[in-house]
Amino acid sequence: MRATIVDRPIDPCALLVEVSSTANGATVLFVGTVREVNDGRPVTGIDYSAYTAMAERELDAIVGEAAARFGTEHVVVEHRLGALRLGEASVAIAVAHPRRAGAYEASRYVIEELKKRVPIWKREHYADGTREWVDPAGERRPTPLAARPSEASP
Amino acid sequence: MTIRVLLFASYADTLGRSSVDLPVGERATVADLVRELRSLPGAATLPPRPLVAVNHDYAPYDREIGPGDEVAVIPPVAGG
Repeated sequence: MRATIVDRPIDPCALLVEVSSTANGATVLFVGTVREVNDGRPVTGIDYSAYTAMAERELDAIVGEAAARFGTEHVVVEHRLGALRLGEASVAIAVAHPRRAGAYEASRYVIEELKKRVPIWKREHYADGTREWVDPAGERRPTPLAARPSEASP
Repeated sequence: MTIRVLLFASYADTLGRSSVDLPVGERATVADLVRELRSLPGAATLPPRPLVAVNHDYAPYDREIGPGDEVAVIPPVAGG
């Protein structure tokens, strides 16, 4: 088990290698990357910041919970901080488990709990030069189609 | 006593700094600290009951604060 906050690029393949074991028949790798659009707005990059000491502790607790709940010690997560460009990985989770159901469920548990509990924040940079802190509760508000840049008349 | 409160992300922007020293009475609680914080100039736009962590754990509002505790006000998290 390992949970780490990093300020360098994530190597997802290294996480796969780290959890691989002949005891397991299923390995799941989840990679979260910076998407080019959010809520209808073109995104050019994201700054990630954290309350690092607490974030590492909370992430460590989540990995421990996943291990206990789903029955595998082979759980590794890395979350990156700093200025990320489109397509770069902000988070990677590797889980190996004897069975695929346990691997998928443990991986899902880690990302969902991370999003709920770990004190990490992101500030999106938009194509129009503005930037905003992302509030996930706010993200759920649908943007009217007419307001989406892709739908706007030239 | 004086308690240093750590601020992050949008809350640090709102207050224009990454920490603030707040004077509170003995046996002050998290609720007392939040009330003191929201009375600062410009801080009224903070939510009425933001998440608070004491010594790296989320804390209930009736938790008492002591000297040496590390207190942080936590904006809506957005990791992943």
